[in-house]
Amino acid sequence: MTALTPQFVLSRINAVLPEARVELLDNPSPCGQHSLLVHREDALRVAEFLKNDPELLLDFASNVSGVDYPDHLEAVYHLFSIANKQGPIVLRTRTGDRDKDVTVPSLTPVWKSADFQEREAFDLFGIRFEGHPDLRRLLMWDEFVDHPMRKDYVAPDDYEYEPTPHGEILNKAAASHA
Amino acid sequence: MSFQPHTFSFNESDGAGASTLDVSLGPQHPSTHGVFRMNVRMDGETIVKLQPVFGYLHRNHEKLAESHSWLGTMPYTDRLDYICPITNNWAYAVAVEKLAGIEVPERAEYIRVIVGELTRLQNHTAFLGFILGDMGAWGSALMYAFREREKILDLFEWLTGARMMVNYMRFGGVRCDLPVGWLEKARAYVETYPAFLDEMEQLLTGNEILLARLQGVGVLSGERAINGGLSGPVLRASGIDYDIRKVDGYGVYPRLNFRIPRGTKGDCFDRFMLRILEARESIKILRQAFAQIPEGPTLNPAVKQRGFKPPVGEAYGRIEGPKGELGFHLISEGGEKPYRIHIRPPSLINLTLLEEMCLGTKLADVMVILGSIDIVLGEVDR
Repeated sequence: MTALTPQFVLSRINAVLPEARVELLDNPSPCGQHSLLVHREDALRVAEFLKNDPELLLDFASNVSGVDYPDHLEAVYHLFSIANKQGPIVLRTRTGDRDKDVTVPSLTPVWKSADFQEREAFDLFGIRFEGHPDLRRLLMWDEFVDHPMRKDYVAPDDYEYEPTPHGEILNKAAASHA
Repeated sequence: MSFQPHTFSFNESDGAGASTLDVSLGPQHPSTHGVFRMNVRMDGETIVKLQPVFGYLHRNHEKLAESHSWLGTMPYTDRLDYICPITNNWAYAVAVEKLAGIEVPERAEYIRVIVGELTRLQNHTAFLGFILGDMGAWGSALMYAFREREKILDLFEWLTGARMMVNYMRFGGVRCDLPVGWLEKARAYVETYPAFLDEMEQLLTGNEILLARLQGVGVLSGERAINGGLSGPVLRASGIDYDIRKVDGYGVYPRLNFRIPRGTKGDCFDRFMLRILEARESIKILRQAFAQIPEGPTLNPAVKQRGFKPPVGEAYGRIEGPKGELGFHLISEGGEKPYRIHIRPPSLINLTLLEEMCLGTKLADVMVILGSIDIVLGEVDR
């Protein structure tokens, strides 16, 4: 079997799901892993198709990365076919912007392997995966408020800052020592 | 933007009522693979819900990588899966070589295979000790396993200067050639290894308690394993024939003759046996590599290591690490520092189906199932 190319995957998508908005993004690297940017409203349908189409059978979503770009966030999926021993096919979904419109559909219902990795992208980048069964922080603690992998993230001076005792508490301590 | 903090308790009621008990297992004990925690809900001793909690060892390697040079990330990869640092180096080097289109000299590829397979041997050896620890045989098995592992680490120390934090691979080769006498010593060691495996098997494989604790426990079907993104020995134990050494054929693996063991039932015993069989195949690979390794350069002289600037673009490179598919997703803007490095950690993703494997089993089986997946927390939390 010849290697599965993103151009072929795109032609399959166009043939079966003509209304789905998918475009080919060129990758100038010598490895030639060009990616398919799928509009977020069509992503779930396209993912289902990629997994089940007998000519593609991309049954193994190996890797999910979040990426922070200047005007949007991206979730990047690296898909392989264990049945046909093909891959990687790179699938990307894009948020509207970086602050308010940060929702993309979760592909966990299609590939369970995206479960923890989408949680990680939510945790570190703030991408909200709609339809994820259990979207919580994965690596940072639950009370943490920011998204540390963002390019504009500023680390606090002291992560475990707590106010020092003062006023009433100090007076009480002094009274007990008197 | 702010998000509501969650508590660590289970969010919804499953209707099980007052007869269930919630226990927080960890951080630590679950036979001390590291600082890992599982929230379990038990009905008597039977698991009805299990939720892993991560992050106790989180250092955010990916953020650190964005402020280092490309080469500066190489020593950090040692600290991901600290049981097998050399294969972590290898995965990163493979990804960067894909990104920049770098050729690797033949001798360097053979050295990579040799140290990579030695790493697989010592990882699977350590696994044999750890899984026995998970079953309650604390110490004895681990002592023998670590005795053998230490001999391999001695070889690594001789070669790289460090037992574990090796920092050995470079883009387009390896940092230094094999020292004089190293190959002979390594070859002599590998020839003693089958006897050790036989001895371990004699002690363990037919043991009645071991069989009772492993057989039929934590069964996972091949279909679920693929959907859950499992890779490496755990995937193959569920009967799936998928080994990246064969599928991608990176390095000089296509020239070497070896078989891919597979399980039939997908239970903990298959995962245990699979490591033993894989170790035996690694010995076969090592013998061939020792016989075939040519003379020549060990580093591509055209690659400038310091101030390395790959072209604009991105690449995903992966290898078959001892624990599964270890991948690096790299994005370059053409500068001296990476725009983004994402690590695909097999240890984390192999835990995706931990709950599925544990449901309906007894509490004591959870440690064994966790042990049979073979995780390292340095890689889970990164």
